[in-house]
Amino acid sequence: MDTTSTSEKAPPPTGPPADGSGAGAGGPAPAPIKGNAVRPGDRIFRGLSRGSGITLLVIMAAIAGFLAYRASIAVSQNSVNFLTAFEWNPQGDPPAFGIGILAFGTVVSSVIAMVIAVPVAVGIALFISHYAPRKIASPLGYVIDLLAAVPSIIYGLWGALFLVPYLDGLTRWLDQFFGWTTVFEMSNPGSPARSIFTVGILLAIMILPIITNVSREVFLQAPKMYEEAALALGATRWETIRTSVLPFGRSGIISASMLGLGRALGETMAVATVLSPGFLFTWHILDPGSGTFAQNIAAKFNEADDFGRDALIASGLVLFVITLLVNGAARWIIARRKEYSGANA
Amino acid sequence: MAKRIDVSGLTAFYGSHRAIDDISMSVEPRSVTAFIGPSGCGKSTFLRTLNRMHEVTPGGRVDGKVMLDSEDLYGPQVDPVSVRRTIGMVFQRPNPFPTMSIYDNVAAGLRLNGQKKKRELDETVERSLKGANLWNEVKDRLNKPGSGLSGGQQQRLCIARAIAVEPQVLLMDEPCSALDPISTLAIEDLIADLKSKFTIVIVTHNMQQAARVSDRTAFFNLAAVGEPGKLIEIDDTERIFSNPSVQATEDYISGRFG
Repeated sequence: MDTTSTSEKAPPPTGPPADGSGAGAGGPAPAPIKGNAVRPGDRIFRGLSRGSGITLLVIMAAIAGFLAYRASIAVSQNSVNFLTAFEWNPQGDPPAFGIGILAFGTVVSSVIAMVIAVPVAVGIALFISHYAPRKIASPLGYVIDLLAAVPSIIYGLWGALFLVPYLDGLTRWLDQFFGWTTVFEMSNPGSPARSIFTVGILLAIMILPIITNVSREVFLQAPKMYEEAALALGATRWETIRTSVLPFGRSGIISASMLGLGRALGETMAVATVLSPGFLFTWHILDPGSGTFAQNIAAKFNEADDFGRDALIASGLVLFVITLLVNGAARWIIARRKEYSGANA
Repeated sequence: MAKRIDVSGLTAFYGSHRAIDDISMSVEPRSVTAFIGPSGCGKSTFLRTLNRMHEVTPGGRVDGKVMLDSEDLYGPQVDPVSVRRTIGMVFQRPNPFPTMSIYDNVAAGLRLNGQKKKRELDETVERSLKGANLWNEVKDRLNKPGSGLSGGQQQRLCIARAIAVEPQVLLMDEPCSALDPISTLAIEDLIADLKSKFTIVIVTHNMQQAARVSDRTAFFNLAAVGEPGKLIEIDDTERIFSNPSVQATEDYISGRFG
């Protein structure tokens, strides 16, 4: 589909030049029609856009190849199962390291972040796009943009110095009333909340702006004609949003969430600042300990020898694959109901 | 089911701009009333004041009275949402919900009213699609998206959606202007059928259409661009098109306008 439309706009240079698609409309002599069918501007632009696409693929392949090569060096000498082991000791003899705890911590903290951030972000986006008077909507949009501009180390410092002490009450409360769920049980009530739970909350705040901004844009683009259709049927404001804004924005919300999830999965500094890492597995998400891929790489990279770095790169490769899977899943979800999407209305 | 509309002293604003000025008229039940007039004369705006859709536009504001039988639609206790449930609307561009199937489109209004019973929904969907002369064309693909239909079919789907909630009045804002002549004919036939059950008000740019489908015709005009639109006259369609009482109407209808 893309290739046909491209070739329509710019006929291939090998094509016959005198096919009538050239320049010189309406000239009395036939000579101008025989001009060069390919204009230099077309050729340059096509070269540039094709080159950009190829460059992107080359870069991706280079990253994947580099990660795979260095990872294979480390993993081939590993004495435990790389994917399921809960330890990190590449300096040992024999080396033993696994990403179990990193995968767990990364996924759990990201899930917590998504559970908190997506509904709030969609709510803010709807408020800005459909509820707030214009006087409030634009300043609120700026504040959200500002939130996106804060460097992650600042979030990390704020998390460590403000969020951790102030979450104390909440974690105790969760432990007291929901401790029976195991998940919210604290092994050592009162220990500082340098846990994967706190990381999740911090990540939620960090990914809020991007999900909000993308969702807001999508909601603003929801065609007015469908909102009017719903209103004319006697829909309330919320019903109008439910019938004609949210379905239209569905794929946009998913894309926005995936962008946020991508950031949450790869966030390094903020996690490393807040979390007190550990390689002991526990279901207790309020306990200190656990870790994430990016945090573990940042924490260990400086002290690691060459082999240790290869082991860290192997863990990075897993993060790379997880991110690819997440994006693939999002695309699949969006494509599954393409027939009903607002795009082909 | 059908009710009459009495409008008195109605003025509508967009912000500080006065779009239509001091309009008074009556719309008879079980009849078709057509609004004609040049672009910008406020006939669509006026139509949208009749089901309180005008105030949805940012800055939209209305003064005056619209009585549906004995009820003032702009009374202090009146909820615009329930007004719109009573007075249905069909728009210029067919706008079936693109994320819904044909069935769900027709059932949308009923579901908003809280109707959940599958059997009642099935019955109403069938009755409404038959009422909109669309049933035979779509009965085998009710679960397909409404956006897959042709423009004329989509517009009839929108009419089915509007009549499914059994409104008192059906407002149509240039319902055929985006359609080809054959689809237009189908809609016009449909309007003639619907007239026995509903009070219908239709805005149209097509004067032959007004002459064909309506019982009464109202002519709107504006003194100049930027001036508010005014109702020039309303009378039986036959009279408007043969012997109007105002010269401006005759000029417009005979094409000697402007």
